[in-house]
Amino acid sequence: MQETSQFKQGLVAGVPIMLGYLPIAITYGVLAKQAGLTLLELTSMSVLVYAGAAQFMGTNMLVLGAGVVEIVLATFVLNFRHFVLSLSFMYQSRSFPHRWRALLALGLTDETFSVASLKTKQTKEVKGYYFYGALFLQAYLSWVIGSIIGGIVGNVMPTSISQSLGIALYAMFIALLVPSVTKNLKYGAVAILAMVLNYTFGHILQDGWAIVLSTIIASFFGSFLVRRQS
Amino acid sequence: MINPLFIIILMAVVTVLPRLLPAFIVDRIRFPEWMGRWLEVIPYAALGALIFPGVINVIPDQPYIGLAGGTAAILLSVFKLHIVIVVLGASLVVYLLN
Repeated sequence: MQETSQFKQGLVAGVPIMLGYLPIAITYGVLAKQAGLTLLELTSMSVLVYAGAAQFMGTNMLVLGAGVVEIVLATFVLNFRHFVLSLSFMYQSRSFPHRWRALLALGLTDETFSVASLKTKQTKEVKGYYFYGALFLQAYLSWVIGSIIGGIVGNVMPTSISQSLGIALYAMFIALLVPSVTKNLKYGAVAILAMVLNYTFGHILQDGWAIVLSTIIASFFGSFLVRRQS
Repeated sequence: MINPLFIIILMAVVTVLPRLLPAFIVDRIRFPEWMGRWLEVIPYAALGALIFPGVINVIPDQPYIGLAGGTAAILLSVFKLHIVIVVLGASLVVYLLN
């Protein structure tokens, strides 16, 4: 069965995301509980918002008694990068049925996008959307279940372990990037340009805008550098 | 105090809309080739921006530990090890240095 085989491959491709998400989600659950959110509230945030950095920030602002407008606006700014990522992935997956693409768009995060956008082969395969569906569903469930564990059981992981796993998602990003760079150095140039821009913008802009701008600008210049492969 | 669930729902709305909107935009617009190429390069730029400078803040105030973990990840990837090994290897380096 095509569906089953694609689904299984998606789960395998998503293992690094799961490894990275669980400890962060547990930490989020613990912190949100300590901050005074109920289990229902902290779980709802993971289920509905599903964006790590924004959830930490939102919880923090709730505790500090920030206003609604302030919290919502900060969330929008921080998460607006998903618009750029989604635009790119929706273009990549444009041959998929519309319903599937809308569903996949809901599951886009930095991490699921990074893995999915570098696995382009499945967009041309039969029932390829089951691959991305499995990848995204596994990441989502890891995030939600991790939050619940953190909220109920408290910190099940020793701090030294959860701190060390803080590098996991960065290591995953690096592991995704390196093979493309060794194949074509121009991709490395694009990434380094984005790093430099992000670092520079980070001094003058909020993190959310810094990532959005550096991604858009670096990829714009990159598109002249990298010719379409035939 | 305002009900946190109310704020959470608003947070969800402003997060979901930017994610979902492109699914409808891409169907309506036929992108010229240069824009398509631009969209195809976004993953590499996004990866760059997501890696740096975030990686140096893995352990607060100890940028060298993050850099060492990142360097370990680069080396393990260059040797074409499986991505799970890269993730665990980098975590081990951070664990040992921390």
